[in-house]
Amino acid sequence: MEPSGKIKIQNLNLFIGKQQILKNINAEIPENKITVILGPSGCGKTTLLKTLNRLTDLYENIKISGTVEMGNEDILHTKTDITKIRRKMGLVSQRPYPLPMSIYGNIAYGLKISGHTKKQFLDEKVEYYLKVTHLWEEVKDRLKQPASALSVGQQQRLCLARGLAVDPEIILADEPASALDPVSSMAIEELFTELKSWYTIVVVTHILRQAKRIADHVIFMYLGEVIEQGPAGEFFENPKMEKTKAYIKGAFN
Amino acid sequence: MMVFATLTIILVLLLIIASIIYKGLPALSWDMISQTPKGGYYFGKGGGILNAIIGSVYLSFGATFLALIVGLPVALYMNVFLVKHKKTVHALRFILDILWGIPSIVYGALGFIFMIWLGLKTSLLAGIITVTILIIPIMIRSMDEALKFVPRGLFESALSLGSTRSEISFKVFLRQCIPGIITAILLSFGRAIGDAAAVLFTTGYTDNIQGSLSHPAATLPLAIFFQLGSPVPEVKERAYASAMVLIMIILIISIAARIFSQKYYKDKIKF
Ligand SMILES: Nc1ncnc2c1ncn2[C@@H]1O[C@H](COP(=O)(O)OP(=O)(O)OP(=O)(O)O)[C@@H](O)[C@H]1O
Ligand SMILES: [Mg+2]
Repeated sequence: MEPSGKIKIQNLNLFIGKQQILKNINAEIPENKITVILGPSGCGKTTLLKTLNRLTDLYENIKISGTVEMGNEDILHTKTDITKIRRKMGLVSQRPYPLPMSIYGNIAYGLKISGHTKKQFLDEKVEYYLKVTHLWEEVKDRLKQPASALSVGQQQRLCLARGLAVDPEIILADEPASALDPVSSMAIEELFTELKSWYTIVVVTHILRQAKRIADHVIFMYLGEVIEQGPAGEFFENPKMEKTKAYIKGAFN
Repeated sequence: MMVFATLTIILVLLLIIASIIYKGLPALSWDMISQTPKGGYYFGKGGGILNAIIGSVYLSFGATFLALIVGLPVALYMNVFLVKHKKTVHALRFILDILWGIPSIVYGALGFIFMIWLGLKTSLLAGIITVTILIIPIMIRSMDEALKFVPRGLFESALSLGSTRSEISFKVFLRQCIPGIITAILLSFGRAIGDAAAVLFTTGYTDNIQGSLSHPAATLPLAIFFQLGSPVPEVKERAYASAMVLIMIILIISIAARIFSQKYYKDKIKF
């Protein structure tokens, strides 16, 4: 059996209306590593990330062809219930979107909708994932307070915790630090580095320095195409394509 | 500018309330709200408008409840299930806005026509149905106005946690919009309890306390209308007292609803 947690994208084309957003993408996302999707603004990073858990279902006038394989399943054409597949992938978005409920409720939500109702089980999970995301000490006395009262940095870690609580194999993060101050932003980066032994992590960013700090594997995109991909060391030390060299030098951003 | 706008609104509200209190308070008595009209009430004899208070409460609660049952799922459906179909949603909004704008006398007349076709008499039930139809567009559209501001990112986050669309509707969108939805309910309720034209032909009128859905019912707006039309000055004053009662009911309901929505207002995420 193919190891799970690894994603294989083949001949992926994505149109919105007449505009082609993704052009024949072929890429692999290795297991238990941090893969960074890097590229200038508007090159299609977010769209590619959303294709991975089919949030693109919400787009109007969209046409997709190609395959996105996870395990032995083509996510784009599978008959499996898409909500089950999405549960295997936690999403951390550009800015945090806590659910309109308490801190506790946010983490328990995913467990409750998948059928867990025992209070003791939920309590344990809430505590565990708040500890994993280093939030427990800060919020343990106010679990029943609305999540909206937390700072943005705390909300972002809460959103990560809530995603982890449904026990995903993959974490998808779209510029997870872009709304955060430098300290919270470093906290998130460190968290990802800690978590990669258990999860396959995909991080979208256009910040080169951030990519260098956290990436094990890089997919470099430009105008809807994958220009170059490979292990981070090789990618940054020894890029093969002219575009990549120019980007790494900071010629465009 | 904002101060000016606020002051104007407060001033208008005070003016309405003050003039009604000024004219109505002298006539307001315990008898007025605890008794039904005695014989000769409309010529200045004793009694009260309990029949109309009870009729109006039944009618407006019934209609608001039915409109909520129909309207909430539709508003959620428009915003959660039809996200990919912007054109359909735009068309629906346009139609609902038109329906909202149709004067209530037209709904009343339509209700009347249907009653004749179906061989029904004027009754509380006919009134409830007519008023429900009158306020459904208000209910849906004003809920929709709240729901449409739920950010796409929240929708995507909830999907990513493995939610189905119904779970997103009732556990995320509904919670996020409780304050807006309460406002929508209040708006519909206010229209339901305050409208005279829709009930004129359909609900009828009675001096007795409402016995069943199939009997005619008295309503406050019509009570005000009849009393105001009286040549007797005391009865005219009672019309203002009745208006006070109507406003009091709306105020009590509004305040209760606000208190209820406070808790959810804290949970609401401000984006
Ligand atoms: N819903 C949409 N409808 C139409 N065009 C879209 C939509 N979403 C994205 N696009 C277009 O697709 C292209 C890629 O957008 P995408 O958001 O994937 O870029 P990105 O690499 O994430 O950029 P950024 O770094 O600014 O977030 C852009 O040209 C954008 O205008
Ligand atoms: Mg983006």
